[in-house]
Amino acid sequence: MRKALFLIPLGIFLGLGFFLWKGLYLDPRELPSAMIDRPMPAFDLPSLTEPDRQLSVADLKGEVALINVWATWCPTCKEEHSFLNQLAQQGVVIYGINYKDEPVKATSWLQRYLNPYREVILDKEGRLGLDLGVYGAPETYVIDAQGTIRYRHVGAVDAKVWKQLQAIMQEVEGATS
Amino acid sequence: MRFLALLSLLFSTISFAAIDTYEFKSSVDEKRFHDLAAELRCPKCQNQNIADSDSPIAKDLRRELYRMVDSGAQDTEVIDFMVTRYGDFVLYRPKVNSQTWFLWYGPYLLLGVGLLVILLIVYLRKANRRAQPGAKDIELTEQERARLDALLNKDTK
Repeated sequence: MRKALFLIPLGIFLGLGFFLWKGLYLDPRELPSAMIDRPMPAFDLPSLTEPDRQLSVADLKGEVALINVWATWCPTCKEEHSFLNQLAQQGVVIYGINYKDEPVKATSWLQRYLNPYREVILDKEGRLGLDLGVYGAPETYVIDAQGTIRYRHVGAVDAKVWKQLQAIMQEVEGATS
Repeated sequence: MRFLALLSLLFSTISFAAIDTYEFKSSVDEKRFHDLAAELRCPKCQNQNIADSDSPIAKDLRRELYRMVDSGAQDTEVIDFMVTRYGDFVLYRPKVNSQTWFLWYGPYLLLGVGLLVILLIVYLRKANRRAQPGAKDIELTEQERARLDALLNKDTK
């Protein structure tokens, strides 16, 4: 009985130690998206490439696709841009959301670094970003053919992240077809 | 003169702090705005509320908050709006549900456990003390008495 009492602090220590040790490997910046499995929020925003044309959710439906939130003021976006170009060449559908940016700068950026996006939504005020729960560019979402958000990645897309995204896209595609 | 220039440099940074100027319809709205801004956490900066943070996202959220408060939205509507976009993370006061139950009531639970332990210790002590008068009656064996005498006599020698 007495000995069992001495084991209590040890148990507490081990329990706490386990949680703290686990905590070392958690990234507090990785927030779960509240938008998973919700439809893409409605929007009515101009296209960056053709300012006279308005885009809406309907333009994003039809295929499993990536939605990439980017801006010229975001250094990580520059980092991932060439990788996005590669993906586009492989036939991956990527839509861009130009988030809180200047259209002139964004246009010249796409001319300089090439345009991997099928459409670029011009979200100058950040309204769509807010509805999506974007808290820092770059962010990349996976949407299915019905325009439902299936996954969100915060940070640059590189080969490692792409593997993850690709698996999710294949899974989503398999589930719907 | 040079001193004054240096001094002015020291104070120049103050003007960088972002202060939004919002006009409220009533002081009630203003108070609601400030209370909500203090309670909503900035998604980007982790440990600041949107009232304190200078980040662009906090600024956007403040603007949105102002728009909602100004158009007469209820506090719960504002909170729901933020949670559907940024998740429970934005709440500095998390909602009570099955996931946060332990967070809310865990401390009371631990307090209860602590009280139980104290009561147990007190009870055991009392039980021991009650048992002690009886201990006096225990007779020493011959050997023990001899040893006790030897010890007591040691000092008197």
